[in-house]
Amino acid sequence: MAKQPLDQFVAKLPAATRTAVYQATKGTHEKRTKMLLDQFADADQLRRLAGEIKQHVVENLDTYLPQVEAKLKANGAQVHWAATGEEACETVRQIMQARGATKMVKAKTMVSEEIELAHYLEKFGIEALETDLGEFIVQIDHDTPSHLVRPIIHKNRREIAQSFEREGLGAYNDDPETITRRARAFLRHKFLAADVGLTGANFVSVESGRLVVVTNEGNSRFSLAAPKCHIALVGIEKLVPRDRDLGLFLNLLVRSATAQQLTVYTEFISGPKAPTQPDGPEEMHVIFVDNRRTEVLASDCRAILRCIRCGACLNVCPVYRQASGHAYRSVYPGPVGSVLSPLLAAEFATKADLPKACSVCGACNEACPVNIPLPDLLLRLRDQGKRAHAALASAGTPPMGGWALMASNPSIWKTALFGGKMIDVVPHKLVPVPAMQAWTEKRTLPKWQGGEFRRWMKNRKKS
Amino acid sequence: MSDSREQILNRVRTALAPLTERAPLPDWDRDLVVLREARAVTDLWAHFAARLKAVSGTPFATVAELVAYLDQNNWRHGYCDPALWPQLQSAFPASFTVETEFDRTRVDDYAFGITAATGAIAETGTLVLSDRGTSRRLAALAPWVHIAALRREQIFADLPAAVAALPADPNVIWVTGPSKTADVEGILIEGVHGPGRQIALLLG
Repeated sequence: MAKQPLDQFVAKLPAATRTAVYQATKGTHEKRTKMLLDQFADADQLRRLAGEIKQHVVENLDTYLPQVEAKLKANGAQVHWAATGEEACETVRQIMQARGATKMVKAKTMVSEEIELAHYLEKFGIEALETDLGEFIVQIDHDTPSHLVRPIIHKNRREIAQSFEREGLGAYNDDPETITRRARAFLRHKFLAADVGLTGANFVSVESGRLVVVTNEGNSRFSLAAPKCHIALVGIEKLVPRDRDLGLFLNLLVRSATAQQLTVYTEFISGPKAPTQPDGPEEMHVIFVDNRRTEVLASDCRAILRCIRCGACLNVCPVYRQASGHAYRSVYPGPVGSVLSPLLAAEFATKADLPKACSVCGACNEACPVNIPLPDLLLRLRDQGKRAHAALASAGTPPMGGWALMASNPSIWKTALFGGKMIDVVPHKLVPVPAMQAWTEKRTLPKWQGGEFRRWMKNRKKS
Repeated sequence: MSDSREQILNRVRTALAPLTERAPLPDWDRDLVVLREARAVTDLWAHFAARLKAVSGTPFATVAELVAYLDQNNWRHGYCDPALWPQLQSAFPASFTVETEFDRTRVDDYAFGITAATGAIAETGTLVLSDRGTSRRLAALAPWVHIAALRREQIFADLPAAVAALPADPNVIWVTGPSKTADVEGILIEGVHGPGRQIALLLG
């Protein structure tokens, strides 16, 4: 019986990486929980409320999408729609081509990772440079991010210093401050030379058409201060109904993501720069990306579209903490990824094991700032995987055929209950069932009690 | 691309059609998200200054204090919003070079940038900048030190108040302390792409 892919990955994971990921995620989780409980009278009510608002948005996208489109246009932005990832990439390319633009600076956006924008643009000779420090390091290493908020949670300073040396960013130096200063010096000239700044959006207010982008490093601000054209990639589910709702969501997002009260930069963008402002984009494009989100919307897992990509479920998940992000073979790791990745995949079957890589402990649901019932959704997807007979949906699961036969046949069941007593006397290591051996290696079976209930029922009838 | 618009909106409508009822939009009380400690604040500047310090920013209540700080650190070349310069100029000694034009071809020449804030949030130690109120986006971002000049009556008590007062400006940015990252091994480093020092200057 082959182990499930996540287990296979973990078996090869260096102990140092596992420790680093464990400590970082645990630390952030504990800090954010303490902060929420200390600072708010009823933090739990906040996340339930946020969940209700986002669920409302998801279930009313048919009304809100045309409304926000009209607002954005009235604000002077150009609105585009992309049904697929490739169409979104092509739309970006065409906008750049129309301006004769060849250089892009990118702020962190998960959608751009999802649609592999940088690779697409490279093929056309367009430089699409990541500017978030972690994402920049991921890019020069031809790696992929392993956490929604902390892309290089899996790397240490020595590896980063080697990468910087290799890329000609100075002699080997693994001091984090030196690394940061070197990135600052290198990237600011890239910002100033870029034709286009690309961002995502954490939220878009339907009421005002404001895009909200949050960062700590200031890279998205630089992308919107130096270049003359702004392109925003926005998943169709990113809307909130009213500006005032932003007060709720910002409070929850930032605490959940990094245990801060507020990010350093929280930017509200409702169009190209003001005419009196010398810096910033004269042209603004918003690309609404579907890329299978409408399929998710049609499914019984639509609650996952509430997600605000804070990473809190990753930080609390006992599986993520041991496995780290690359174990999920997807842009979106952790509990949210185990739901979203199979649904967004071209073929569900290729990611059908992810919903199973979970002990259904429910911690993710409790941590989620928009109260997504992640364990329920994971169970639905397990069911879907089994019904579709996806091979990966059963990876690492002992065959249950014998059990099914036994449990559906009363006389075999009775015999088994009687014979089960043998388990108390036979040494477990000698039972020639690999699953049994693996199970008992770390656990002690209690004394056999099978048949007790039947005896009790029988005696009860007599008396 | 208009085909894609119709295609996406059709898919959305089809996906939602089977729902017999849609989740309602709940209303909520702004006080829910106001921090316990921010509720009883009377001196907004004092609270703002304390919160700014908590996010490693620096508040100054007088221009003289600011000038002394810059002088001590050898930050003597900078930019100032031309609208603010007349009222600040007299406090800066001749050893300072202050330009009222920001030249983007030599961003690293400016050790500091002084621009106007259009607001502040006491609860979070946040400065509010906007396109119409702040002379240059780059001057508030590229120099190592950013100084936002603020008037007492511009300070909002809490975050919901600042959201409610978002101006009709195409770009508003809330700045809460110096630019920072914890990407390398979770170690906090200030001054990534934006300022390493964030200062609020009270003008009165």
